[in-house]
Formats: sequence, C-alpha cells, structure tokens
Amino acid sequence: MTGFTFAEKALARASGVSGARAGDVLDIRPDLIFSHDNTAAIRKIFLGFGGKNILHPNRVAVTLDHAVPAPTTLHAQNHAEIRAWVQEQGIGHFFEVGRGICHQVISEEGLILPSEVIFGSDSHTTHFGWLGAFGMGVGRTEMAALWATGELWLAVPQAMKITLNGKLPIGTTAKDIALRILRDLTLHGAQYRSIEFFGDTISTLSMDERPVIPNMMAEFGAMNAYFPPDEAIFTYLVQRTSRPYIPLYPDADAHYEAEYTLDVSSLAPQVAMPHEPDNVVDLDHAIGTPIQQAFIGTCTGGRYEDLAMAADVVRGKKIRSRLIIIPASADVMLRATQTGVLADLIMAGASIATPGCGPCMGNHLGIPATDEATISTGSRNFKGRMGTTDAPVYLANPYVVAASAVCGEIVYPNEVME
Amino acid sequence: MSEHRCFAYGDNINTDLIFAGKYTYTLRTPEEISAHALEDLDPTFAQTVQKGDVIVAGRNWGNGSSREQGVTCLKWSGVNIIIAESFSGLYFRNCINLGVHPIVCAGLSSKVKTGDVIRIEGGYIYHNGDSYPIPSLSPSVQAILDAKGLAPMLASRFSDKG
Repeated sequence: MTGFTFAEKALARASGVSGARAGDVLDIRPDLIFSHDNTAAIRKIFLGFGGKNILHPNRVAVTLDHAVPAPTTLHAQNHAEIRAWVQEQGIGHFFEVGRGICHQVISEEGLILPSEVIFGSDSHTTHFGWLGAFGMGVGRTEMAALWATGELWLAVPQAMKITLNGKLPIGTTAKDIALRILRDLTLHGAQYRSIEFFGDTISTLSMDERPVIPNMMAEFGAMNAYFPPDEAIFTYLVQRTSRPYIPLYPDADAHYEAEYTLDVSSLAPQVAMPHEPDNVVDLDHAIGTPIQQAFIGTCTGGRYEDLAMAADVVRGKKIRSRLIIIPASADVMLRATQTGVLADLIMAGASIATPGCGPCMGNHLGIPATDEATISTGSRNFKGRMGTTDAPVYLANPYVVAASAVCGEIVYPNEVME
Repeated sequence: MSEHRCFAYGDNINTDLIFAGKYTYTLRTPEEISAHALEDLDPTFAQTVQKGDVIVAGRNWGNGSSREQGVTCLKWSGVNIIIAESFSGLYFRNCINLGVHPIVCAGLSSKVKTGDVIRIEGGYIYHNGDSYPIPSLSPSVQAILDAKGLAPMLASRFSDKG
C-alpha cells in the first residue's frame, strides 16, 4: 500500500505519470469529453482562438438534451448548428433529441468505464463516479481547449471520505442520502475535494439509485465523487461494452482531509426547502405545504425506478396537482412503457414529455407561474431556477413527490399508498 | 495601484442568480448577456455597474451550474476582479480561463458595503485602513490569467505554429 486516494490514482493514470499527490498540477488527457446544447457556444470559442479540427473526435460525445424538442426557433437554430458541427468534425458519439440526458445516456451506452476520466461541460458530471470513474464538470472555454489539445490542466484535489452504513428504510431512497449529506455538511462542504464513498450501503443500492449520490455531489461543491465499483457494476457494463478496464480503488492508508459517516438505516425522507439544496428538513417539517406542480425527472431523479416508485404511489388514484414525468432517457421511457409504469402514471393524470432535462433549469416543459410551488426529484431549487423567481421549489424523493401530486400538498407517501 | 468600486453580496450566491438558466441557449452577444447579469439577485446591477468595478462576496460564490456566462456576464459588464471568502471550484476555474482574477480573501466581505472603494497595490487589498493579502497563483495558472484567459493563450499558440 502506498496511500493513494482514488483521485490521485485516476489522475495519475490519465496524465501518464507514475504517481501523483494532491496539489500536483497535471495535464490530464481524459478518456471521454462531452457537451450538450452548449456545443454551439463551445464551437464559437474554439473557432475564435483559431481551432480547426477536433484532435480526437472519437473521444467526444454530444447529446441534445437541455431544451428538447426545441421550444423556440432560437433553440432550434442552436441544435441545427450543433448537428452540422458534429457531421463536419466526425464527432464519434452523437445523441439526437429524445435519446436522453447526457449523464444517463453515456452511462447506458457504456462509453465510460471504471478508472476512466470524463470531463463534461456540465456541472453534474460528478455523476460518473457511480461507475467508479473520475467525472468532473468543466466550463465552455475548457471544453474548447480540450477539443483542440485533448488535455486540460488540473490540480489533483484533496480528498474527503464519506462512509455510508446500513440499509435504507422502506420509503427512503438514495435521494434522501444525498439531501442528508447536504443538510449536515452544507453546499460548500466539499471544498472542491474528491469525495470518495465507502461503506456497506453502496452495494444495497440498485443501478438506478446509485448515480443519484455522485450526481448531487455537484451541489456539495465536489470536484468529483466516487463509488467503489462492485460486481453489480461489472455486470451492468458487460451488456454495454467489450472494452477492457481495470477498476481503481483507493489504498487503505490513503490520506483523507475530512471524514463523515452516516448510518442510513434510520434515515427519514428529506425535503430541501426553498431556495437552497442544503436547506433540508425531515419530511415531518414540510408536511402540509401546498404545491401546484410535481416533477419527476432530471439526471438526478428520472430513471426507471424513480418512475416506478411514482407509479406505485399514484396507481389507481387521481392526482390533484399537475404531475410532469420526464424520463431521463429513451431506454427508461421504453422500459416504463413495457412494464405498464407509464400507463399507471397517465391514468392517474400525469403528463409525459420527451426525455431530456425538461424544466429543471427553467427552459420549458413546466415553468411555474409566479407564486406556484413545485416539488421535484431534481437537484437544484435555487431562486429562479425553474424560470420564475417567486416560485418556490422543493426537492424530495420520488415517493414524496408523487404522493404530494395526489394530495396537492406535501404529504407522507404511506398515507396515500394505504 | 488601482481603485475599485465594490458591489457587495453574501454567501452561496449561485450561478442561477448570477445568470439565469433560462437564458443560456438563446442569449449570445456580450451586450445581451451582460444586460441580465445578477438579474435575480440585484436588479440594479446591470444599470449601475461601471468598468473597473469589483464584486466582493461571501463564501462559495458561483456554486451550481458550470455555465460560463456566470463569469462572462460580469466580465462584459466591466468586472475583471471578483473577491470572495471562497469560490466554487468550477467557478474559480472559469474565472481563470476567462481572464477574470478570482481573489480568495478572508474577512473582507463582512466589512465592505456596496459603493465602498477598495485600493489594490503591491499584492494587497486596502479598505478603510485595513489590508488583506492577495494569494498568489501557481505559475501555470498565473500564465493563463496573464494571457487574459485560456482562449487568447491558445490563440497565440496556434498562431505561433503558423
């Protein structure tokens, strides 16, 4: 053992050095880089500094997901520019309107594997830690530089160890773990460190649940977030790729600047109140809050099991508030169609939209009116996030969101399900 | 030596408040983008900001989305220095890469009010008789800032290649 964290190992691998320590500034050559509806803006920066050809187009992915199908002519023009650029540059992995949200699609396609490094021009790129990869969000200028040079400067981060013990109680989900971490440690708790998870809870979480936690570590201020990959991950990947990989694990004597342990076995459902994702309370303290709209979707909370949990709550009932369902990908939507989950949701009164980010950052498909409250499975409830400043947003797990849609106010899911 | 008028803000100001997500794929020009700077936080900012003004903020300035307009909306408003108790990591990187100097400064934000003037001289910030050191950056990071950002740095690299 030599005391390396996961981040130190992964970044050493991706920069071709034999060993790296926190604080070292390295030139990282990522295995995959991706962008989304911001690709046209990145192209403008790229051409602006004299870029001509993307150096490694086979290591580039582009998804159209943030405003799909295009809600306005301007958005459509943006998509058209991106399609032309993808063709001109021979970009290796392009996903059209309707395929789904970047993080979900790239995972489903097996484009990123344990130990690999992925940079995306999207803050939720921390997501890919669920596969044991190093995922980090970058800015548009950085993405343009990556297109041109294939590499990016990076100071190897310090690391923080989070240990999750126990099995979640019925009615709680990975979302509650993420919200509880934010509640205890705040939005700036990560201090741009590598957040590395340990503990027996991880193996109890399904493939749909696991991404929620690394994804929401973006809200925690993490550079990346890492789950140690286990047999379940290897099995998930077998069906999706034949590329070889060697998973990386931190050494037992790795140095962690900070540590935090959570016993999840007595965790109550958590609710983030307006207007910060760390303004979190036990569900008890949010009960009775009127809501006009409920939203199940996003890269955080729009996978199959999220939809299935919602269906379990609303099956055979009629919703009182609006309920918007946006599957995170076409695969999710197809499966929910085949199993009858979507039918249950539609019969209860839900409306279904094209896989993508939907109203999460205020583009379209469910912008609230002034003073209308939304409860969402998404990751952010900042003031104005969904497009309207005076429209409060609450964040919760899919059971709570669906149950609240049935009652028109925030309620205990078991009261609806009985 | 330079003097700068301050806009003072609190803790955890996120990029949705700095530049709202609903504008990210439709507004493109510097004029359009700067016109909406800090719209949901301080509606008077875009009208009153002048070239050379600085932001002085609390902890975790720029958390949330990676959108670069969170930096460019201020840069194109004339702000080239942002001072905060701490920055989100992504926002800090975006500042460097866009040639805006992010200064981590403990203690200043609780003293400064909007409209105050600070002086920057010889690696220190001066305000009301107090001085605050400006942390140095690593050489590779300072080189990007000196080039006024990653894009100008790459432009000169590409033109050097002929």
